[in-house]
Amino acid sequence: MNPATLYPLAGAFLFATGVYGLLARKHLLHKVISGNFLGSGVFLVLIGLAGRSSAESPDPVPQAMVLTGIVVTVALTALALALIKRYHTATGLTTFDPVDEEQL
Amino acid sequence: MSLLEHLPVLAIVVPLAGAAMAFVTGPRRSALECAATSVLTLVPVLLLAARVLDSGPQRYAVGGWGGPLGIVLLADGTAALFLVLIGIVGMAVTVYAAGYFPTPDEEHPGPGHGLFWTLWLFMWASLNALVLTADVFNVYVCLELVGLSAVALVTLTEGAEALRAGMRYLFASILGAMTYLLGVSLLYASTGLLDMEMLSSALKTPSVASSTGLALMIAALLLKTALVPMHFWLPTAHAAAPSPVSAALSALVVKGSFFVVLRLMLDVMPPGHLGGADTLLGVFGAAAIVWGSVQALVQTRLKLLVAYSTVAQVGYLFLVFPLAGAGGAVLSSAFLGTGVHALSHGLAKASMFLAAGVVLKRFGHDRIADLAGVARRAPVLAATFALAGVTMMGLPPSGGFAAKWLIAGASITSGDWWWAAVVVAGGLLAAAYMFRLLATFMASPGDAPEPAAPLRVVRTEWVPLALATASFLLVFAVPVVTQLAEAGSVLARVGGVAP
Repeated sequence: MNPATLYPLAGAFLFATGVYGLLARKHLLHKVISGNFLGSGVFLVLIGLAGRSSAESPDPVPQAMVLTGIVVTVALTALALALIKRYHTATGLTTFDPVDEEQL
Repeated sequence: MSLLEHLPVLAIVVPLAGAAMAFVTGPRRSALECAATSVLTLVPVLLLAARVLDSGPQRYAVGGWGGPLGIVLLADGTAALFLVLIGIVGMAVTVYAAGYFPTPDEEHPGPGHGLFWTLWLFMWASLNALVLTADVFNVYVCLELVGLSAVALVTLTEGAEALRAGMRYLFASILGAMTYLLGVSLLYASTGLLDMEMLSSALKTPSVASSTGLALMIAALLLKTALVPMHFWLPTAHAAAPSPVSAALSALVVKGSFFVVLRLMLDVMPPGHLGGADTLLGVFGAAAIVWGSVQALVQTRLKLLVAYSTVAQVGYLFLVFPLAGAGGAVLSSAFLGTGVHALSHGLAKASMFLAAGVVLKRFGHDRIADLAGVARRAPVLAATFALAGVTMMGLPPSGGFAAKWLIAGASITSGDWWWAAVVVAGGLLAAAYMFRLLATFMASPGDAPEPAAPLRVVRTEWVPLALATASFLLVFAVPVVTQLAEAGSVLARVGGVAP
């Protein structure tokens, strides 16, 4: 299996894992990390495509998109972590629902 | 002359500069600066709309770099219409917020309130950029900018409920943005293009990858627009936010992502290659109208009622897609109806959330059952809800009437009369939830003492009344909206609007 197919496939796997984590996991930190899985999955797909689109040299446009995406994802993660910290201070919870809190 | 050519980018740069100024100077003086910035933002928007009316769609290559590598801003009639809506509601929110938030030297400043102006102007700039951009990757960036500032605005009050709603909103936002970006990467892989106008001609021969990409992008945008069944994050986020923020979110932010759906479905995708997606969107829209209205009917809190009404009203916007396939006069009428609906719902919904904010401040709560006597104690607020209610129900001469008339007319002309039946049913359901609210307002207040509110708060009630009056009289603005819609690329393609 060459990188051109491996990267998008690995990316799709990461993306699917992220979607599952974001929807199914209850702990808020798990959700944030799942969100980062989503991002990494998309970035892998983009990088894989960048190498494939031209025979001689890699296409720089998807790489520029990945760099922009990384910056945005860092900002999103920072905001999410700040909100979780405030939420934890205000309620003492690490999940949306107190019922889930007891199960963890 | 040369400055006029820079109007599209000025509509983004001016509020962005205002946001930076507001952050640097701090909350103490920024209310005045923000008012000045909102006027300064409205000027390029109105000039741009006039230019589009006068000489058709305007293209602007940012930094002199055109497509396919550079980012192109495209201001056609549809974009101009949404920019004007954002401008009018934005101005009203700004004026209202100056009275709504306590100034630092009086009362106790709420935590984080000083950041309102910065975040709000930042969101305004991002919304203008989202509407103007003609590059599918830049749309992703703008969606994230809008989402980040919107989540921060929802959580301004730092209450547990606001933080919980804000985080739900943030997670939905991350899922939406990443799914959209995955769609963009598939689209780029199969076409090598990001510019919408170039994509439009390249997609005349679609591939599996490009269609999958577009489907992912549109699904992500539906989540952002909160179309049923992906509306779960909206009611709590819009209700928990401070009222000026609720107004901006419900009136403008959901319209921003809808605008991109409109662009992708009608401008970028070739007609006849929608493959049933258009009917599916119409079905979701119809479900939204019924489900949102029924939920609004059973809510016990005023802000939640208004938020569920947004879920319902968003549904009308999606009825254009199943009707678009018929082309010609049906498409023209449905498209114009959608534009008028976006405008009238934006004005009416902003007025309802702003008025709900005054209710909260004057009466200390928003429990509908305990709001008897509002009509006697705060007649301006009751009048606001009555006028906005006329638009929600779709009675003449409101903008809601014109919009529903055009959409239902398109539906009957096309022969698919069931969409018209949904429009009529939606109007009746809206009448049910609005009359339930107004009946409580009209009831006798009983012996409860009248709560006192500072004059600064009471004065803000004129802002929502002005917005509600504008939406009530919007039918008279339909000729201008028609002219703007004719300058849009969609209608240019089908050859003008039917009389």
